[in-house]
Amino acid sequence: MATEPKRVFGSLEELMTNPQMVMYEEEFNQIQAIVVRLVKEANARVVFVIDKNGQEIAKAGETDQLDTTSLASLTAGNIAATGGMAKLLRENEFTTQFHEGERANIHIQIVGNRVILVVIFDSKTSLGLVRLRVKKASEELNSIFEALLRKVQDPNRETPFAEITDDDIDNLFND
Amino acid sequence: MSFINVLSREINCKIVYYGPGLCGKTTNLQYIYNKTNPDAKGKMISLATETERTLFFDFLPLALGEIRGFKTRFHLYTVPGQVFYDASRKLILKGVDGVVFVADSQIARTEANLESLENLRTNLAEQGYSLDKLPYVIQYNKRDMPSVAPVEELRELLNPNKVPDFEGVASTGVGVFETLKAVAKLVLTEVKRQAG
Ligand SMILES: Nc1nc2c(ncn2[C@@H]2O[C@H](COP(=O)(O)OP(=O)(O)O)[C@@H](O)[C@H]2O)c(=O)[nH]1
Ligand SMILES: [Mg+2]
Repeated sequence: MATEPKRVFGSLEELMTNPQMVMYEEEFNQIQAIVVRLVKEANARVVFVIDKNGQEIAKAGETDQLDTTSLASLTAGNIAATGGMAKLLRENEFTTQFHEGERANIHIQIVGNRVILVVIFDSKTSLGLVRLRVKKASEELNSIFEALLRKVQDPNRETPFAEITDDDIDNLFND
Repeated sequence: MSFINVLSREINCKIVYYGPGLCGKTTNLQYIYNKTNPDAKGKMISLATETERTLFFDFLPLALGEIRGFKTRFHLYTVPGQVFYDASRKLILKGVDGVVFVADSQIARTEANLESLENLRTNLAEQGYSLDKLPYVIQYNKRDMPSVAPVEELRELLNPNKVPDFEGVASTGVGVFETLKAVAKLVLTEVKRQAG
């Protein structure tokens, strides 16, 4: 509906009624392009995007040496915990976090209340540059996820898992 | 909230092991971790106190195989059982696709089981979920302990809706994979239902 107020990724409550998140090729490629570009422009080591439940969405940079699955889950836990603290302080979410280490630094940004953009960088770059590039990237990511959410909520959408039968599921567990 | 990646043909789901303190949630995950091929699992993360009590959560990413070219990936979480960690438990339930309630079969833990189950219902409801609608199974753990309640009694008390339930001895692995498979199957069936 065109008259519907524009909403970002929806509150948790809205998502409950739409418990499935689907990532399509088109949006995935757009997100991946942004992540790749952010690595370059921010001179970062690694950039990744995860959802608030800790599912990895996209990543780029020197990810080979990195257990991104664990990092994703811990980042999501961290964001959830900080969000809980914010609530107790009657604050909105703390949208940015920065952790400084001896060699590696982590910049964590909540994008549109829905996904998390993580940048890992070292002394080859600066926090200022990272912040600047993150700002632009999160705006772009925000509109992609908005479009994606509209797509997922479209009743006529492509449903990738619909072709699977109960027997297929049974077979997975008969060994 | 399940997450399907059309491009990589992956489906990701979140399963939470819930239950009173020391009922064996972490032990379930440890057993699964120890018995799974290295290529099917990620690192198991335990955010625990120095005395190995779960502080925030345990996390184990696990691949359970492919369905028609769809890789099925499950993120298993446990919650901290102690009453005062309730805020953390709520956070971990966010986005959950399936729940395992691990009960401690010992008679002395009857009240703790009931309290935890009630707490699970409340915390789910707070986020707009209902335990009656969620993929959900129960494990009666610690069946090897000396003074356990009969399964029938536990069933009556904890499983009025007759969801799939299993006897377990998580420390030796009895019932662990049966429980996991049952909840995983319910979760995938639900994903399919919502997709179709
Ligand atoms: N005898 C026995 N001990 C168990 C069983 N499952 C777990 N335990 C032990 O119970 C204690 C608490 O288990 P843990 O998994 O940390 O409980 P959690 O608080 O639910 O995570 C540990 O010492 C386990 O080894 C079981 O089935 N039988
Ligand atoms: Mg534990």
